[in-house]
Amino acid sequence: MTADSAQTANVDPVDLQKNSEVPETLARRTLRRFFRHRMAVTGTAILSMLFAYILIGSFIYSEADANFNDTSISLNAPSLDHLMGTDRIGRDVLARTIYGGQISLLIGVFAVVMSVTVGITVGVISGYYGGWIDAILMRVTEAFLSIPQLLLLLVLANFLRDRVPDINLFGRELTGSVVVIIFIIGFTSWMYLSRIVRSTVLSLKETEFVLATRALGASDLRIIIQHILPNTLAPVIVAATLGVANAILSEAYISFLGMGVQAPTATWGTMLADSRAHIEDAPWLWFYPGLLILLTVMSINFVGDGLRDATDPRSDK
Amino acid sequence: MTQYIIRRLLQSIPLLLIISIVLFVLMQLSGDPLATMGGRQPPRAEDRARLAASLGLDQPVYIQYIYWLVGNDWVVVRQDEEGNDVYGTRKGVIRGDFGTSYVTRQPVTEIISQRLPNTLILMLTAEVVIIVVSLGVGVVSAIRQYSLLDNVLTTLSFMMYSVPIFLMAYILMYVFAIQFRQWGLPYLPTSQMFDPEVGKTFSQVAWHLVLPVLSISLLSIAGYSRYIRSTMLEVVNSDYIRTARSKGLQERRILFVHAFKNASLPLVTLIGLDLPLLIGGAVVTETIFAWPGMGRLFIDHLSRADYPVLMGLLMLISVAVVVFQLLTDMFYTLLDPRIRYS
Repeated sequence: MTADSAQTANVDPVDLQKNSEVPETLARRTLRRFFRHRMAVTGTAILSMLFAYILIGSFIYSEADANFNDTSISLNAPSLDHLMGTDRIGRDVLARTIYGGQISLLIGVFAVVMSVTVGITVGVISGYYGGWIDAILMRVTEAFLSIPQLLLLLVLANFLRDRVPDINLFGRELTGSVVVIIFIIGFTSWMYLSRIVRSTVLSLKETEFVLATRALGASDLRIIIQHILPNTLAPVIVAATLGVANAILSEAYISFLGMGVQAPTATWGTMLADSRAHIEDAPWLWFYPGLLILLTVMSINFVGDGLRDATDPRSDK
Repeated sequence: MTQYIIRRLLQSIPLLLIISIVLFVLMQLSGDPLATMGGRQPPRAEDRARLAASLGLDQPVYIQYIYWLVGNDWVVVRQDEEGNDVYGTRKGVIRGDFGTSYVTRQPVTEIISQRLPNTLILMLTAEVVIIVVSLGVGVVSAIRQYSLLDNVLTTLSFMMYSVPIFLMAYILMYVFAIQFRQWGLPYLPTSQMFDPEVGKTFSQVAWHLVLPVLSISLLSIAGYSRYIRSTMLEVVNSDYIRTARSKGLQERRILFVHAFKNASLPLVTLIGLDLPLLIGGAVVTETIFAWPGMGRLFIDHLSRADYPVLMGLLMLISVAVVVFQLLTDMFYTLLDPRIRYS
């Protein structure tokens, strides 16, 4: 930079030095860009409120409240006693949306953990080892992509839902169907992730730094975990975030069709399914769980969009 | 190009084989078709064995798969009273025989072809609505970028995009059927394809189509219109549009002839990949609106573990997905001469 242009730019030389001493880390830059994204901030805010709703709510209403039924107050419209009304057997809808929401979010998060694990494993093996392993794995990936996910989910759910015993988690009794749903959603949604990971691994494994690491005698496992995987992090985080929204929707769809989480455990999806006979006479039964699913999915999509823009190296904001 | 098509077709054969194996194995795991055959009572052990043998379910899975794929008319399945060999009667999927339903004993192809037109009516109407409306919305938001209208449409589509189909269906039913009836307005029907008292006339079906089509399309319109908006914006800011402007062409001509043609290209891919999946996605809509299509068929036969019908449906959709992918790629080269496959 010439002295002339420095003058016209009117930059304080001291400041300039400060900046060059402390370069902004990638994580900080991503965060800064994320929080400048208006929709991402809105999404984060709505999501925090939803978390507060299902967490603080569970201190106000116990799980017994959510399952307590009193048929003398069945299908009561929202009132001061029951802010969201009561269902067919007189259970409080508000309390059930709190506990149902916990299960819905739990399923969303754990299903994605599973699909990320499968996706990364398949993608890394396929991209790193190549050859016939790659050919077979990619054909299987394509095969899974060609089968409509919802139909595959229904087939799996129909088979597995009654075969897993009930489990106890955080002091709550959950039907085994929750585990089944997590497993099958994870098992049917790893394909995009494995493709993303595979393509990154393919380009990275030819780079000089990987060659250098190998020359130093590092094992395949070390090269993959220490040197290749960290570089796939950004797209994986974005895909995983959006995956949570999809997993919550998938759970709602399967439960809605009666193949999902089994009673008495509630999720937003099963609450909607139970309200089918009462679309007309008890709209509060489907409106509130529906609204909560909508808000959750929408805010997660906003956050995912924000993350995508924030981690995109091509945009320079 | 011909070489490319032939290669793609050859590649799709192993793909479809893998799909069919994956599905077949999952099907075998997915339930016991014999359990529901004796009505409420589970069948007795000897009936069970007889039924299993007559349906070929006593064979190992890989044998069942081979029979399903190529038929069993070359295998001796049993011997009759006089000791003569009796050959199987199934021709296998590759010869167009998808077997017979365990539940209704009808050929699978017959069951599916009864329902296919109903699903196609629903899906093609929805697809037309989706394309027309989202093109309109996308182009308008792109031309009036950052205007009030654009902002409203953007916000709406972001919200719509996250609405599950069943919630959309419920809201539409509640407003246009239930509330409208209470207000004494003409209201929309919420179930079946037609009023059995009137019969299956064109106007009846069209009237019954409104709500299901709306529930399916509003969600997709949200996604598509965002997509069209961004491609349209990209094209409008490109050099050749500036050239067209500087030549003094009419703005309308520039937008709708020069820009629109290129902006709508990516839509081909989107439609080609979505169309076959819409058939599968109809499950929820058809269940809510009691629409007698393939989605309902799938649900009805799933609970009775009727593999032949389920396999037929899933394979039909998978073949559609693979074929549409190929068609999309081919169509794209015709529309965009910049793309060449070798």
